[in-house]
Amino acid sequence: MEVQNLNLTLKVWRQKGPKEQGHFETYSLQNISPNSSFLEMMDVLNEQLINEGKEPVAFDHDCREGICGMCSMYINGEAHGPDDHVTTCQLHMRKFKDGDTITVEPWRSAGFPVIKDLIVDRSAFDKIMQAGGFVSVNTGGVPDGNAIPIPKPNADEAMDAASCIGCGACVATCKNGSAMLFVSAKVSQLALLPQGKVEAARRAKAMVAKMDELGFGNCTNTGACEAECPKGVSITNIARLNREFLCAKFAD
Amino acid sequence: MSNPCLLSSSIGKKFLMSITGLFFVLFLAFHATMNAVHIFSPEDYNAICKFLGANWYALVGTAVIALGFIIHIAYATILTIQNRKARGTDRYDSEVRPASVEWASKNMFALGVIVFLGLGLHLYMFWSKMQLAEIMGTVDAIGAPADGSAFIMYWFSKPWVVVVYMVWLVAIWFHLTHGFWSAFQTMGWNNKTWMSRLRCLSDIIATIICVAFAAVVIAAFCMSL
Ligand code: HEM
Ligand code: SF4
Ligand code: FES
Repeated sequence: MEVQNLNLTLKVWRQKGPKEQGHFETYSLQNISPNSSFLEMMDVLNEQLINEGKEPVAFDHDCREGICGMCSMYINGEAHGPDDHVTTCQLHMRKFKDGDTITVEPWRSAGFPVIKDLIVDRSAFDKIMQAGGFVSVNTGGVPDGNAIPIPKPNADEAMDAASCIGCGACVATCKNGSAMLFVSAKVSQLALLPQGKVEAARRAKAMVAKMDELGFGNCTNTGACEAECPKGVSITNIARLNREFLCAKFAD
Repeated sequence: MSNPCLLSSSIGKKFLMSITGLFFVLFLAFHATMNAVHIFSPEDYNAICKFLGANWYALVGTAVIALGFIIHIAYATILTIQNRKARGTDRYDSEVRPASVEWASKNMFALGVIVFLGLGLHLYMFWSKMQLAEIMGTVDAIGAPADGSAFIMYWFSKPWVVVVYMVWLVAIWFHLTHGFWSAFQTMGWNNKTWMSRLRCLSDIIATIICVAFAAVVIAAFCMSL
């Protein structure tokens, strides 16, 4: 079958460094295969820029198979672009039409300052995880995973929450720059399981305190995060986080 | 709220907003029911006005509502300022609102400001001439403090008042369609099963309350013709 290759105009955010003033640059790209991924298209652009002796566009990526959460980019007004439930690396150029102008911006949020071009600093998420996103286990023999029976619905919900890859699309999309979807996923994946219940109260309090301290906004339940999350993490996790947190506070 | 840590947290502040917000929903439901009596019997409506008047229970109720309002607005302002700061100074060049995101949910503060302005007018038109007048012992030219029906017939015979009230009610409707289910979500009382139920209930409750208020206004306007 013959596929028509695409000729595109790209409007890309360029910013030399964290303190520098950024601006849009316009590039035209010819002959892009609709079967290539968005990042492959960016590779072609960078090759073109290097051949012209220009600075290539800096962007984050790692696994390129939708599991690491490194790729970001706000494409045509949506985190991870126009497709549903995919990361930018899994977005394909067949979602665009020949002659399209595509706007590419970094995540914009006070919690994720721009490092360069399309790369933002998402280490705030690591700090929130360090504050309590774990279970404490003694070293020694590895416990048998199946020794503790877990109801199937709980296991499923924990697994759904655990599908969060920490990409930050939720924060990037939220009009309040809130990290509640991420934090709620990380609290839920453990709070739903017997191994995680032990520290559930301390975890909820510590992670929320860190989230607030790092300057993320307050959730107003718009649900934009859920709509743009590449893993479809549900905002019912946010209700669970609120429940865990309030119960823990009232128990103090 | 003896635990200061609770209110210094984002979820704690939102919890206070949800409690005060839901309390207003109850109050509005009561107020709308009471008003609806006017459509059927202005005499019975006046009897309710007289029963409430400036008696201690009505005054306590007013004080509690006023306090709740101040808390709701104060925290709405604090949270909104924090949220704007968290969003950062660089704005997106292009932005798409996903279809599942309600318009109201992104404009709660703006809607709240309209509600607040409408309330100012409402307090001037009714409360200052009724409960306040009774406390102060004054009588307005329009009617005696307990003659609620006289005030209703006086104000809602004016087309501009009717229009302003409709705008106000539409703003309240939008605020409630999001606010009601959002409050339950904030308190943690939501899950996959209840999400769609609560959202549906939000629309129903907002519609019943606003239609009841609007019916009284329109009925009074028609009667005045
Ligand atoms: C008739 C009066 C009002 C009622 C019945 C009402 C009701 C509510 C309810 C139920 C919520 C949801 C709380 C939550 O999600 O935790 C809410 C949220 C909110 N209200 Fe009000 N409110 C009223 C007046 C106002 C006013 C005067 C303002 C501001 C000037 C305001 C601003 C807000 C804001 C910013 C939110 C946060 C949005 C959110 O979290 O969903 N409200 N309101
Ligand atoms: S909740 Fe979804 S959008 Fe947010 S960090 Fe996790 S995977 Fe990304
Ligand atoms: S590069 Fe790993 S998820 Fe996209």
